[in-house]
Amino acid sequence: MNTRSLILEPLTIAFAIGIAPLLTGWVNQCRAWLQGRRGPGLLQPYRVIRKLFHKDAVIAASASPLFRLVPYVEFASMALAAGIIPSLWTGLPFATAADTIALVGLFAMARMFLALGAMDIGTAFGSMGARREMLVGFLAEPALLMVFFTASLISQSTSFPTIVNALAHDRLSIYPSLAFASVSFLMVLLAENARIPVDNPSTHLELTMIHEATVLEYSARHLALIEWSSSLKLLNYVCIGLALFVPWGLAQGSGTPLDLLWAVPALFLKLLVAGLGLAGIETINAKMRLFRVPEFLATAFLLAVLGLLVHLLLGY
Amino acid sequence: MAMDYTSFGQVVEERTGAVPVRLVRTSPDPLQMLCRSVEEEGGVLQALWVSDHRKSGGGFLLRVALQDEAGIVIVEVALPAQAPGYPSIAGIFPAAGRMERAAYDLLGVRAEAADRRPWIRHDAWSEDCFPLRYDFDSVSSTGPSTDRSYPFVRVTGDGVHEIAVGPVHAGTIEPGHFRFSVVGEKVLRLEERLGYTHKGIEKRFTLLPAFGAERLAARVSGDSAVAFSWAYCMALEAICGIHPPARALWLRALYLERERIANHLGDLGALGNDAGFGVALAQFSRLKEDLIRANQRAFGARYLMDAIVPGGVVSDLDESKRWMLLEAIPRLESELNTLSGIYEDHAGLQDRFSGTGRVSPGLARQLGLVGLAGRASGQRRDARRDPGHAPYDTLDVRPGYSSEGDVGARVSVRFQELFESLRLSRILLEQLPASSHRGSLPDTVPDGFGLGLVEGWRGPVLVGLETAGGIIHRCHPHDPSWQNWPVLEHAMIGNIVPDFPLINKSFNLSYSGQDL
Repeated sequence: MNTRSLILEPLTIAFAIGIAPLLTGWVNQCRAWLQGRRGPGLLQPYRVIRKLFHKDAVIAASASPLFRLVPYVEFASMALAAGIIPSLWTGLPFATAADTIALVGLFAMARMFLALGAMDIGTAFGSMGARREMLVGFLAEPALLMVFFTASLISQSTSFPTIVNALAHDRLSIYPSLAFASVSFLMVLLAENARIPVDNPSTHLELTMIHEATVLEYSARHLALIEWSSSLKLLNYVCIGLALFVPWGLAQGSGTPLDLLWAVPALFLKLLVAGLGLAGIETINAKMRLFRVPEFLATAFLLAVLGLLVHLLLGY
Repeated sequence: MAMDYTSFGQVVEERTGAVPVRLVRTSPDPLQMLCRSVEEEGGVLQALWVSDHRKSGGGFLLRVALQDEAGIVIVEVALPAQAPGYPSIAGIFPAAGRMERAAYDLLGVRAEAADRRPWIRHDAWSEDCFPLRYDFDSVSSTGPSTDRSYPFVRVTGDGVHEIAVGPVHAGTIEPGHFRFSVVGEKVLRLEERLGYTHKGIEKRFTLLPAFGAERLAARVSGDSAVAFSWAYCMALEAICGIHPPARALWLRALYLERERIANHLGDLGALGNDAGFGVALAQFSRLKEDLIRANQRAFGARYLMDAIVPGGVVSDLDESKRWMLLEAIPRLESELNTLSGIYEDHAGLQDRFSGTGRVSPGLARQLGLVGLAGRASGQRRDARRDPGHAPYDTLDVRPGYSSEGDVGARVSVRFQELFESLRLSRILLEQLPASSHRGSLPDTVPDGFGLGLVEGWRGPVLVGLETAGGIIHRCHPHDPSWQNWPVLEHAMIGNIVPDFPLINKSFNLSYSGQDL
């Protein structure tokens, strides 16, 4: 660890926070194009966040301090996660302190606070949303862990930078185990980020909501932070996927300034493609009936386990 | 075979309007027997309402509109001015329950039924005030009411809890309250409470001149503007004994079919969207917008509001616009074919649609499900054929049909009806008779009773109209949602909570049309 990486670390987090709404805007824009609509423009999520910050917050009389705390915990967790995930370079000093298991735990903690905040007000929707959110969460987390374990077996480490360094170095080898893991990870990503076919981020039907039902009571700056951390969560998940399955273009270690400079357009290019793919999936699929979600996530888990087994069988 | 009603009372006459009506005058006592025999013969309840005749020295008059194999029967039951009451028919026609409760809230005429909870009266006026009575004084009568809570039917048991939804929803939709009793995600019981959009339309009708009130009728439920204004004009024309020219009737039918197409297009898009299939909403919305823009160009009104007037229609359709509408039909048909194929082949959509919110034909018959939802549950009745009226009697209407009764069936019936309405529109446009589009009106409106019945896109829209001295004494616009809302409660039983929006949308019932 050197001074340079200590300066770069907060810059990386700030970068992630800054571009996160852009990815959401891109996905929404692609979705609009694929549906034959004009779309609201790339910058719409920024406008929404700015609008929300200019509003006065309305808080239910029955809310406890926990309710106000949740948006900040959400945002902080996602920002911290952005400091662990090697999105541009692998020398992140935070990553040596927290490995992939801790990362999964961080996501779980954020979800737990979200569920607590939702139940805090005591409305039927909040509790319903919290219940469903936990249902999705407790099925998605083991699958995500399995994906990480598969990658860890290849690199003999659960440290994220070590995994990515190991994967990025053998440029030409193909890991069948990672093929299984990548499909599993995609399913987890859809479920964790409340995307179709698991949840519908743009619905206004309160009875069908999963994630949205948990944040129905939030307004103004609290809602802005929650929306922003949702964007950041999507960016984090996409970056995890990119780091595990297409790690090329990342700067190794702290990297030379030129490497870092190259890593930025490489990341944007990858996000561009990933966003389009995500919008494509969301356009051609309908939302599943709620009780199909466990089957969907069980499949994800099974695929991740298969990846693990394939690795053990083949030895690479 | 026409039923014989002479054993229940006096069959007064057979009225010849656009829809033939038989009037039966009877007393409260044989009412239940009469209704039961109609029900046993396969008849249905169309509407129930009360009017106040105390000003002219009479009492109250209960009217029950029934439909048997031969057509419409209006049962008139004279009730005394003091302590009016009648035996409830909700045990025979379950849909009558809410109509009876609303009749009590508005006129203080009580059905002898177990359920005495208010329906329309939401603490807005006190219990002993009845707004539709002629001597109601709106200034002194709207005192504070005593009843603050509405007792919903409680479901008890291990793990049963309630989810209260509405009347204010997360989206911009009409207000209604839904009380779910659930175990986990499974719905044990749904109870609706409506009446939030009660705005006194029936009261407003009274004392309006009969010519001109079609504008108010068009606004009862905005999505059924054509159906309501046609039914109103039909009732008024029956009273006046006038027959609109053929061209006017054909244009009215064209409006009605275009209203049906527009609403079905909107609903199919929304159904796809509610299942998370956003691309469907985008495409169907585009088709609907094209259609109502064509309405604007051809008829001067996007939703055809105020297009129908007593004696005919407001404006004629010239040749160039007729060709424009004709040319759009094949385009719409081919786009619909594509979209219908996508709906049928999409595994995700079909998984959401099939088996969801099922109403079996037996249940539908028992509860009196009507209209589009009825035809998706094996109830074939369609007011364009049964009893039928001009110009549909010459067009051989083929309504959609399914006996599955689930959301998928209601989607499929909508597609069938879209193609049928397009076929009818083409015939109506191609063979439009050459005559005047608006007949002459008499100077005065005779006193009397008239009935209009039109198959709107949602189901049969009925208007019962009574005139006295050229003005409206009582007008009851009746939306099919009265009969279908209670069935939605049954359709939900055993389904999961997150499927409610989809099931609700597949019925797409009116709040405004029944709250009045």
